[in-house]
Amino acid sequence: MKRVLASLSLTLACAAVSQAGAVTLTFACDSVGQGFDECKKGADAWAKRTGNTVRLIQVPKETDQRLALYQQQLGARSADVDVYMIDVVWPGLIGQHLLDMKKYIPAAEVNRHFPAIVQNNTINGKLVGMPWFTDAGVLYYRTDLLKKYGYTKPPKTWNELSTMAQKIQAGERKTNSRFVGFVFQGKNYEGLTCDALEWIASFGGGTIVDSSGKVTVNNAKAVQALQAIQGLVGTVAPQAVTTYGEEEARNVWQAGNAAFMRNWPYAYAAGQEQGSAVRGKIGVAALPAGPGGKPAATLGGWQLAVNAYSKNPKEAAELVRYLTGVQEQKRRAVEASYNPTIASLYKDKDVLKAVPFFGSLYDVFTNAVARPATVTGSKYNQVSDAFSTAVYNVLTKKSAPGPAMKTLEGQLNRIKGRGW
Amino acid sequence: MTTPLPSRPTAAPARTGRGLQASRTRVALLLLVPMLLVLAAVAGYPLLRTIYLSFTEYNILTDPAPKWIGLGNYWFTTEDGVGLGVLQIPEWWQSVWNTVKFTVGSVLLETVLGLAFALIINSKIRGRGLLRTAILVPWAIPTVVSAQMWNWMYNDSFGIISDWGQRLGFLQAGQSFLSNPDTALAALIAVDVWKTTPFMALLLLAGLQTIPSDMYEAADVDGANKWTQFWRLTLPLLTPALLVALIFRTLDALRVFDMPYIVKGNAPETITMSIYARQELILNSQFGFGSAISVLIFLIIMVFTAIYVTSLRVKFD
Repeated sequence: MKRVLASLSLTLACAAVSQAGAVTLTFACDSVGQGFDECKKGADAWAKRTGNTVRLIQVPKETDQRLALYQQQLGARSADVDVYMIDVVWPGLIGQHLLDMKKYIPAAEVNRHFPAIVQNNTINGKLVGMPWFTDAGVLYYRTDLLKKYGYTKPPKTWNELSTMAQKIQAGERKTNSRFVGFVFQGKNYEGLTCDALEWIASFGGGTIVDSSGKVTVNNAKAVQALQAIQGLVGTVAPQAVTTYGEEEARNVWQAGNAAFMRNWPYAYAAGQEQGSAVRGKIGVAALPAGPGGKPAATLGGWQLAVNAYSKNPKEAAELVRYLTGVQEQKRRAVEASYNPTIASLYKDKDVLKAVPFFGSLYDVFTNAVARPATVTGSKYNQVSDAFSTAVYNVLTKKSAPGPAMKTLEGQLNRIKGRGW
Repeated sequence: MTTPLPSRPTAAPARTGRGLQASRTRVALLLLVPMLLVLAAVAGYPLLRTIYLSFTEYNILTDPAPKWIGLGNYWFTTEDGVGLGVLQIPEWWQSVWNTVKFTVGSVLLETVLGLAFALIINSKIRGRGLLRTAILVPWAIPTVVSAQMWNWMYNDSFGIISDWGQRLGFLQAGQSFLSNPDTALAALIAVDVWKTTPFMALLLLAGLQTIPSDMYEAADVDGANKWTQFWRLTLPLLTPALLVALIFRTLDALRVFDMPYIVKGNAPETITMSIYARQELILNSQFGFGSAISVLIFLIIMVFTAIYVTSLRVKFD
């Protein structure tokens, strides 16, 4: 009886609150893979609970397109969007236009998330975004094809990947002229920065700019890494990989036309859906390593942030608190293979059943390599842009890796100017 | 019939005439003022503001206000000898070069093809009404849509053009005309030609239809063949329309943004001046630097127009 009363009074209280201040929030969420639908499910659940309304707006697929849009809105101090989904490299770029979440979410709840990401999202002591899902590049492989060509394990090095992809491609081409060995993100955009950082870091070539702000990209190991990847394009990777973003690569993979793919974890759930040609044939492993190096995965992932100019900051923060909470993160992990940012969920039975590789690749997700976003601050975009363009020129064989990295070093120092 | 208006008697023709003229001018000015104000607000202010910003350092996200740095965005060398001005940066010159190649290639092809289409439609063939409507289709589709459509047709795994290219042996499996840096710009020119030739054809068709048909009859009587008629009669009389069309297309091509951006993004082998400007202005939030690029684009287009108008003595009236 007591419980009934309690819940009744709670419902009444909720109703009173919702009547007092039902608001409409605008949410700029996701559009890649199942992103939009999953966002909508979560936001609708919160809206139903609180009596508020959440309006989702369609956003561009590619991360730099989104950033371009949001920078204009925030630069103009627009209140059009209340809640933004922001990339892991954005806090340094747009952080000053976002609300400090510490004022709205108790420290105990914040501390449940991976400390590295919380740290990443903290700019000048302000927690500008709540971790929503983390990401790291992984290697997808076709379990059926590996078996068919006599392999028992996914490749451990880039050399192995090249050999295996070559053999599988040669064999499959006999019946499928569209078949390719390996697809990744080779278009000139932020995605290429992520891929190339993985190659270079896995060869032991560092992270473009080191933590002290020194430009380190022009080194022998980085050049070696780019040489190896340049050799893959046009042989095991289609030449057109230089026009691929995440979704283009996934389309080739999901149509059953590739043996290996580098992508983010979201592609797992998408590939397991009804109607996918690779359903039930997907293996996921850590990316290969270079000679003498360790496998490296670029840290990705998205945060939820509240616009500092929002007219309903309290409700917006409540929505963020709900969406980044344990329950919703678990739902998203199970239904759409989004990596939680809460460590305990990696031991959750339901999560591991839905996405088995979360358990085995836990180290990959927690030790992912960060792009030099924090150290380069508001100039990160220029750095990333110069880097991806240089790598793109290498992939299209317009320049050799050595000279490309030398030119890039000069460019990065020019962007750095008197300091980051 | 009643008396026509002009026959109304006027007392002092000279004085009233001048007064009428003056009042007409006054009315005309009055009617023009709102338009001029609107023009000043939507065209003049942004232009002046851009020119002003090009002399400043201004990051829209981090700087509270623009900081005056004079010509620093155009030309500035640090103590270490590093050039920071846009005129010292190879990416800028690459984009200029790409744009020039794109402009020359596309405008040339569009003019030749457009003229051919216009001549065909202008001749008395059956079904020319249908033909005229049909060639307008590419022009009527919004650029965003047609660019994405072509992007898919060029796609290496399911695009029809890549399929043909692969069957005919121009392309290997996994290749497309867009993925090869040597053919990417040509592939973009092809899209532009497909899209804009109808516009050219329509402008030229309008020019053709102003040529009186009795001139051809006279030429026939004089025994000139069709070829001579084209070179001696059609082309000279079409020149004014042709020049106006050329200017339109050239200016459009010089500031092209949408189609190449949708199809190729900011890939270095196809980046145009406008895409480069957008990258610095919007993506990198460098409002001062980006404005300098915009001003340069403005100047280049202005120079082109001036050369066209003066050297070819185009008359707009």
